[in-house]
Amino acid sequence: MIPLHYYLILAAILFIIGMTGFLVRRNFLTLLMSIELMLNAVNINFVAFAHYMDSMTGRIYVFFIMTVAAAEAAIGLAILISAYRNLKTTFVDEMNSLKG
Amino acid sequence: MILNILFFYLAAVTIISALFVVIKRNAVHSAIALLVTFVHVAGIFLLLNSEFLAAVQILVYAGAILVLIIFVIMYLNVTQRYRMFNRLKLIAFFVGVVLFAEVLYIITRTALKGQKGEFPIAKVLEMGNTEAIGKALFTDYLFPFEVASLILLVAMIGAIVLAKKEI
Repeated sequence: MIPLHYYLILAAILFIIGMTGFLVRRNFLTLLMSIELMLNAVNINFVAFAHYMDSMTGRIYVFFIMTVAAAEAAIGLAILISAYRNLKTTFVDEMNSLKG
Repeated sequence: MILNILFFYLAAVTIISALFVVIKRNAVHSAIALLVTFVHVAGIFLLLNSEFLAAVQILVYAGAILVLIIFVIMYLNVTQRYRMFNRLKLIAFFVGVVLFAEVLYIITRTALKGQKGEFPIAKVLEMGNTEAIGKALFTDYLFPFEVASLILLVAMIGAIVLAKKEI
């Protein structure tokens, strides 16, 4: 029997790789992939807790997170296409016309 | 014993390919590494007695989201000569290390307490994983399920509106 801590540590490592990638990369596509990594880490946590606490709720939550992830990927890529058409770039630090 | 070896294999490949997603310059290579990550996370779901979620993980992530990402990569023809990281890289690396140390400290120091649920492994194995999820989804979680379908509808309309040249 694998202890629950192992799954939590794996999810933490995966989440922090995704977070660091989101903070450091310039390419919008890699940013979206980093978000998927973070959502996968959350899914691992949910399923691990559901397994060890004899519950079904965590697995249902993973189902909904996958729905939201699919919607988010579709919207994010549509925004990327729209931005590329207007600004001719996929780098987030060059999209600065709002002066943010 | 075999489960331990399997877990460590899956965890190692997941982490290494997740690192490749972040450090590869070419976006196609990142996408392929992301595919490997998704498949191995599905393997971890299998280890946790969630066969249905493993199948959905492969269908939705590897089948739908990744194909969408690769399609957009082909559409945009991203250039290969560019600076990979922005100015935040040292700070972000430092923040990541600190955050990981904090999380590790908390995870290793807490014990799992709380009320056990009503689906022990023997019961799930007896009634079947898909059936258990389906029963919970269509009785207790019927309203969130309908809201999820609404989210998908909104996402579909939003993607069409955003990506269309002129409305």
